[in-house]
Amino acid sequence: MTSDHITVDHAADIDRQVRVYVVVFVALLALTLVTVAVSYLDLPPAMAIAVALLVATVKGSLVACYFMHLISEKKLIYVVLVITAIKFVALLALPAVTHSNGFWIDE
Amino acid sequence: MEIPYTFEVRRDTGLTNGKIGLWLFLASEVMLFGALFASYILIRTGAPNWPRGDTILNVPLATFNTIVLISSSVTMVMAWASLVRGSFATFRIYMGATILLGFVFLVVKYFEYSHKFHDGLYPSTNNFLAIYFTLTGLHMLHVAGGMALNAWFWGPGAKLWKTNPVWFTNRVEHSGLFWHFVDLVWIFLFPTLYLL
Amino acid sequence: MTQPGAVTAPQPHVAHQSHHEELGFWRQYVFSVDHKVIGIQYAITGLLFLLFGFSLMMLMRWQLAYPGAALPLVGNLFGEARMPGGTMLPEFYNELGAMHGTIMVFLGVVPLAVGGFGNFVVPLQIGAPDMAFPRLNMASYWFFFLGGVTMLASFFVPGGAAQSGWTSYTPLSVLAGTGQTMWLIGMLFLITSSLLGAVNFITTIIQLRVRGLTFMRFPFFVWTQLVTSFLLLLAFPPLQAAAIMQMMDRVAGTSFFMPSGLVVSGQVLTAAGGGNPLLWQHLFWFLAHPEVYVLILPAMGIVAEVIANNTRKPLWGYRSMVYSLMFLGFMSFLVWAHHMFMTGMGTAMAAFFQTTTMIISIPSVVILTALLISLWGGSIRFNTPMLFALGFLPMFGIGGLTGLPLGFNVSDIPLHDTYYVIGHFHYVVAPGTIFALFAGVYYWYPKATGRKMNETLGKIHFFGSLVCMNVIFMPMFLMGLAGVSRRLFDGGETYAFAQPVLHLNVVSSWGAWILAIFQIPFIFNFFWSIWKGEKTDENPWQATTLEWAAPSPPPHGNFLEPPQAYRGPYEYSVPGAARDYTPQHEA
Repeated sequence: MTSDHITVDHAADIDRQVRVYVVVFVALLALTLVTVAVSYLDLPPAMAIAVALLVATVKGSLVACYFMHLISEKKLIYVVLVITAIKFVALLALPAVTHSNGFWIDE
Repeated sequence: MEIPYTFEVRRDTGLTNGKIGLWLFLASEVMLFGALFASYILIRTGAPNWPRGDTILNVPLATFNTIVLISSSVTMVMAWASLVRGSFATFRIYMGATILLGFVFLVVKYFEYSHKFHDGLYPSTNNFLAIYFTLTGLHMLHVAGGMALNAWFWGPGAKLWKTNPVWFTNRVEHSGLFWHFVDLVWIFLFPTLYLL
Repeated sequence: MTQPGAVTAPQPHVAHQSHHEELGFWRQYVFSVDHKVIGIQYAITGLLFLLFGFSLMMLMRWQLAYPGAALPLVGNLFGEARMPGGTMLPEFYNELGAMHGTIMVFLGVVPLAVGGFGNFVVPLQIGAPDMAFPRLNMASYWFFFLGGVTMLASFFVPGGAAQSGWTSYTPLSVLAGTGQTMWLIGMLFLITSSLLGAVNFITTIIQLRVRGLTFMRFPFFVWTQLVTSFLLLLAFPPLQAAAIMQMMDRVAGTSFFMPSGLVVSGQVLTAAGGGNPLLWQHLFWFLAHPEVYVLILPAMGIVAEVIANNTRKPLWGYRSMVYSLMFLGFMSFLVWAHHMFMTGMGTAMAAFFQTTTMIISIPSVVILTALLISLWGGSIRFNTPMLFALGFLPMFGIGGLTGLPLGFNVSDIPLHDTYYVIGHFHYVVAPGTIFALFAGVYYWYPKATGRKMNETLGKIHFFGSLVCMNVIFMPMFLMGLAGVSRRLFDGGETYAFAQPVLHLNVVSSWGAWILAIFQIPFIFNFFWSIWKGEKTDENPWQATTLEWAAPSPPPHGNFLEPPQAYRGPYEYSVPGAARDYTPQHEA
């Protein structure tokens, strides 16, 4: 059996995809260099954290959207990920819950 | 007995079992690493002082490793694209490259670790190193797991291509999803541990 | 995006039609990939662990009722290191306490409710031939088994099993003996098992439901399993992370949970410090509050099935029950810190968690009320499963209502460390969830074996258990309100203010031991009925849901021909119909 079943429908599609992958790859490399370069600038901590996390988020989104095909995924996967995202936010609230002024008496 | 929708798509969800299963697994992984990130933030914000990563860790080496892992993500997705195009030979090359790049990552990490140990820096030294070793150690386990999975599809698992290419392509895509996730975790680990 | 699977592929493996006849003993009963065999494996292992955990508690109850007295008959079996001369040492009491909690929650109730009933019933109720990933399913069971073996083995390491409570609070647990390391390893196995199981359940329910079985036609039990699986999937990983960090603290000497300058027995510890003991509590309760719903939701599902079947009426307010369930699942991640009011929480945070806790009680009440109203006007059949289901309603009600004072900071602080809390959550889990699980055993037993369990023995089991459960747990509320601490190995003997209520310890203990006697009819019935029970056809309860369309016991692959769902799950007593039930699979 040949793999014609797959290629017939998607040959043109996949060529376009591969070009996107290459562009994303270059963008990821560039952003890696940006984030390293910024770290040598010795920005104030708040600024440094904001920039580093922003760059990481952009990179992560590129990977998720294009390499993991999330940009055009089925609705069900989005539902699962939205539920996860809500719980994830609750989880990340945990340090804030512990350290915010007046929330825990000893802080 | 046949389980439905192992490789054919269920019409109303538009998905195969494997793909849903893999995304659910990744959702749990998000919560696993999320909990460790939250712990990192909690401990760091509670600490009177905290070393900047680049005063202890080797940034150029980690930058190199970041590039290695990003490249392996590209070769992974190219391996899958080769299968979609029907070219098994190109798949083997790209998949081989992915495994090789994963191996390079681990070797670099080995040198980083042994250099730290040589300098007398252990997980017990302080909480920065504790979180560094725990997070990167767990991430390395994931890299090794992903490599094992990829090696299976490069080697013995590839027999499936001859009998059911659609299913095989799907499985490689799922293996890729995991591999990209491992890459994604590193994309966040790199700045938080090394640069901040 | 490109979907290679979207293209019609030629069907390979057509030659594999009915190969289940050829399987040998090991593949068929031990390393089976059949969801029904795995479900029964889970159920029997879970029941055995329930019995084991119960036995640990009976030992503790002796020490609480008669502090310092030598235990007759069996006291000398535990060796000089644990019970010299038959008298229990505090360390052994702590082992029993920690392991009773761990075993009941993680090795007894959850495996039985989710692994056992979920595995056996869910694929049948959605008309599927098996779970979506049968081999993963087998792996789940064996990870669970390994976890159980690790927990049991921990009794035999130097220093004995874990002694820091089932919550393993730090820094106490970090400083504890080898048993705690075993506990962490066991938990990692159990977490892995649950995660694989959760992935499998969600995929199965979404993908393998038969034609016509839309989400709003799901039996309520399937809904509870779906929500439960999401809770397991997303709540367990934080505990996994916490277990990894505690393991690092214990093995690699890190200080995730070790504060600076900790003094133990007059000695300053040498650890690096800088950690936060509260972090463990946060991560633990981030799992363990959703875990409470993992314990209770499948129970509600079973009760709903049994009540609809035996009132011969549709469930009242099915949709509101489903929406309440989803809301419960969502809110259960936002209430965890109400277990931590004692940690010195500030007022702003306490206000937030009190509010979310009060909000989350609403959907539970909606579900319970809907079940109660479902009884109204029904021609109720009082068979054993129904008795247990009916017993569940007031017992869970008592458990739930006594929880309200614990949800408020002000009333929680005096009650939190007392027996009141023990009484509260045991009412939810013991006469609550475990009664529902018994209802499930009696209800689905004919599907698994083709025979019914004996009704008379079942009724003895039910009424005996109902009385004993209340004798055990009701006194705990009184002791708790009197202020008796729940963490004392002598039951509060040395405290003057506890003296007026101490005799209640004896009442509780005798309740527990007599409860054990009333489990004998069940154990006998369970095995005797396999061979001698009344033979039944595939639908002995005249039920409507899809599992009753399969033969009893169902063969590998379940249905003789794939069923299709034509209607909602509970079409009982439809006006104008020939019979008082119209099965889902009938056109």
